[in-house]
Amino acid sequence: MTVARRVIPCLDVKDGRVVKGVKFRGLRDAGDPAELAEHYYREGADEIVFLDISASPEGRKLMVDVVRRTAESVFIPMTVGGGISKLEHFREALSAGADKVSVNTAAVENPELVSEAADVFGSQCVVVAIDAKREPLTPENEHLADYVFRDGDREYWFRVYVRGGREPTDLDAITWAKKVEELGAGEILLTSIDADGTKEGYDLELTRAVCRAVSIPVIASGGCGHPRHMLEVFEEADADAALAASIFHYGEYSIREVKEFLASRGVRVRPC
Amino acid sequence: MRVAVVEYGVGNLNSVCRAVQEVGGDPELTRDPRDIREVDAVILPGVGHFGAAARELEETGLKDELLDVVGSIPVLGICLGMQLLMESSEEDPSVEGLGVFRGTCVELPEGVKRPHMGWNEVRFRAEEFSEFDGSMFYFAHSYRVAPEDDRVVLAVTEYGEEFPSMIGDVGKLVYGVQFHPEKSGPIGLKLLERVLWGADR
Repeated sequence: MTVARRVIPCLDVKDGRVVKGVKFRGLRDAGDPAELAEHYYREGADEIVFLDISASPEGRKLMVDVVRRTAESVFIPMTVGGGISKLEHFREALSAGADKVSVNTAAVENPELVSEAADVFGSQCVVVAIDAKREPLTPENEHLADYVFRDGDREYWFRVYVRGGREPTDLDAITWAKKVEELGAGEILLTSIDADGTKEGYDLELTRAVCRAVSIPVIASGGCGHPRHMLEVFEEADADAALAASIFHYGEYSIREVKEFLASRGVRVRPC
Repeated sequence: MRVAVVEYGVGNLNSVCRAVQEVGGDPELTRDPRDIREVDAVILPGVGHFGAAARELEETGLKDELLDVVGSIPVLGICLGMQLLMESSEEDPSVEGLGVFRGTCVELPEGVKRPHMGWNEVRFRAEEFSEFDGSMFYFAHSYRVAPEDDRVVLAVTEYGEEFPSMIGDVGKLVYGVQFHPEKSGPIGLKLLERVLWGADR
């Protein structure tokens, strides 16, 4: 008996509104993140992740307001990420009712932010989001690749990207994962840029490698199109939690259906 | 029922207040020791480090006031708030906790992921809480209490080892929970209600 695997819906929010289309019956305002979060809470979600993609100070203020309104009716953990670059942003989100704050670009540019946040707020509220992409191994980049993978005669490594996956860094994702653990991160939110949006399943190789490299919890993200993808990422890659967006948002599967499927396959989940 | 939610350090106290409201209480966020005397129940929430929190309680005079009300009104420590009820913690051996319960706090064992983050099963030994037995609650911690007296252990959870996930003295109405009832969905709210009002409500 141990901790249950978590099923986490992710809501992309821009200027205080849900970005991806949603069509659930019974929602007064399908574009309101707080209302959608409450819907998922009632369905049995284990956590809610809000990702603010506004990338503006106004957007972040609206996001804080969303968190405050969500905390009115949602009694499960909430994580907020997107555009977090200062300790003050952590403070705002936490005092509004978030339990964890995730940093991505700012952690790469200023790793001390991670350790400072862990010191001030505790590791359990510091999540580092890592966006990684498969990079063919070349003579130009092989000095950056700490962990090389092979598929037939193809060699590649996982490179960290920032700024919403647009900008490559010189970091190897697995090395970076170990580094953020050292800095005091309490959790890693690992997104495969290659898998994201494909609905063909999580990047099991990436997830497995990171899960083996660190001893903090890892949330797998990117590529979920079917409940069996969650089963795979739990069983084959040992992820602690699986994040998904579109399969829930478009009503293809309810949280309950996903959890019932996982439980029927022997995965320990929290009953809805 | 007026419930003081003790504000020390920083973190998510809004959720604790909302949970208190949800079960019909009237939460008051405070760092003023005088408020503790006026309320019907006290919650010591839990975020941050043992050392910083224990120092803050000592320096503000909250510690003495809290010790004064223990035994007369319900007092609930959540997560770090539970750990602060102990005499000390390995997280910062240079400071003393409230010492409501004898014993210390130790780090979770090697070989499991730390923090212990997520939903885990709580097995209640105490009859008063038997209806919650086997339910899952939300945890987020790296240390856990190690009370000297096993009789104060009201519930246990398995994570690399069996550890006390709820301690208490039912007669004195003082409780500590390692999980977050305010983040554990409907079952967490129900437990919060039970601790604040007892079984009579």
